[in-house]
Amino acid sequence: MNEKELIPHLFKTEYRKIISVLCKLFGILHIEIAEDITNDTFLLASETWGLKGIPENPTAWLYTVAKNRTKDYFKRHKTFSEKIVVEIKLNQPQTEAIEVDLSPKNITDSQLQMIFTICNPIIPAEAQIGLALRILCGFGIDEIAEAFLTNKETINKRLFRAKEKLRTANITIELPSEKDVNARLETVLTTVYLLFNEGYHSSTQSTHLRKELCLEAMRLNYFLIENETTNKPIVNALMALMCFHASRFEARTNQVGEPILYEEQDKNLWNNQLIEKGNYYLIESAKGQEISKYHLEASIAYWHCTKTETANKWLYILQLYNKLLLIDYSPMVALNRTFALSKVDGKQVAIIEAEKLPLKDNHLYYSLLGHLYTDIDNAKAMENFEIALKLAMTNADKSTITKNLHDLKAKKTTANN
Amino acid sequence: MKEFMMIFRSEVNESFGPSPEQMQSNIQHWMDWIGGIAAQGKLAGANRLSFEGKTLKPNNVIADGPYAELKEIIGGYVIVKATNLDEAMQLAEGCPILSHGGNVEVRSVLSVKG
Repeated sequence: MNEKELIPHLFKTEYRKIISVLCKLFGILHIEIAEDITNDTFLLASETWGLKGIPENPTAWLYTVAKNRTKDYFKRHKTFSEKIVVEIKLNQPQTEAIEVDLSPKNITDSQLQMIFTICNPIIPAEAQIGLALRILCGFGIDEIAEAFLTNKETINKRLFRAKEKLRTANITIELPSEKDVNARLETVLTTVYLLFNEGYHSSTQSTHLRKELCLEAMRLNYFLIENETTNKPIVNALMALMCFHASRFEARTNQVGEPILYEEQDKNLWNNQLIEKGNYYLIESAKGQEISKYHLEASIAYWHCTKTETANKWLYILQLYNKLLLIDYSPMVALNRTFALSKVDGKQVAIIEAEKLPLKDNHLYYSLLGHLYTDIDNAKAMENFEIALKLAMTNADKSTITKNLHDLKAKKTTANN
Repeated sequence: MKEFMMIFRSEVNESFGPSPEQMQSNIQHWMDWIGGIAAQGKLAGANRLSFEGKTLKPNNVIADGPYAELKEIIGGYVIVKATNLDEAMQLAEGCPILSHGGNVEVRSVLSVKG
């Protein structure tokens, strides 16, 4: 790796470690100083390494610079030092000077604590994801802006407000207590899953970026699994779910990035290694008493990853959707449940149930009805697809529906012949 | 939207001994029916009641079993959201208990908080 490849790589792996350790040391009030020092460290690396070549141990080099930059900062900013040094020394009374502890243990602890600090319900979900991408995943502002289909200025403002909120609330960077861990983990997992979905369903055209977002979500989740305090069944359930979804990444879009429906996917493109990982984490997730929505979603995804159609497959899927609706209603789950019902009890039964759903503003609702009416009453199928087309917002959705309409018309022609 | 409670009653049948397959298919019917209500976003809560229970009477008399002197037992309840009783009654249609000789009582729920 030359320095042009190495620095972005180290930025992804080391940025979060250095910034977490510094944030932990200074406290959330001074998060921007931690950011400045970390950014400075990487800036110096790109300048120096470009001129003098890559040092023997680049990571150690970064850590030494980060330590020295911190010391310099304290020397240069007397007032800051006087205020904060007192606070820091309370925490580490044995040392005279400010010591930045970049030992593996402190790095791990600090990162884990930062995850809980950032995934805090006092800041909006979107800002949590942005901040997580910036601080925990080492994403650039421009990458975050692209992921959210917005501009750098908006993201900068959003991150600024989020940090301001954390500062005002003076959030302590620490692990929640044993009794609070489960409740707080739920917020963390929500953010991780939103991050994953941002990548999985994002309308950004960059397939590379979308995959990166998914991988980062999985990496954060894996970090929680590696740590004993947070290695709970629910965390494994989410990991299984993401592995199963990610296994179909290559199969679910064509070369120009348009979605390919599940039933039309080339199953040979499914990633078996990820499916096996998913199976492993699903088993791990079963080691507790609780069944969370992630358990149910992971089990549904498990069945979707089975390549052969067994007699009971859709029956199991339907039951899982029934249970999921009881704990976490969403229009998407209601539609998927009705689709599963059509596989178990037939289209006629599913149509009756579908007509009861109060989702008359949802293009997916009409697409579902279109599918259910296909071969039962093709005129009605056509009607429903037409409404779906009017309601659809994205080009990808529109092209899928147009294809459905096209297929239906082709059927009609064949029938007339 | 108002809340309505559906109370499921059926006659005590001591000789009732379903096979595991029958139990499984029975549970599935219930889940499909409740899932259908939940899919409409109209489910507010659901619980089955187990056979464990006792009845407390005046003067600290405790009777064994929840159904000591009744012909019918309550097997569970569901709370649904509906605009009126008619709509709630429509939701009750298709309840699996109806095909087992039981009945569904639908009652409007009044809040105790003023």
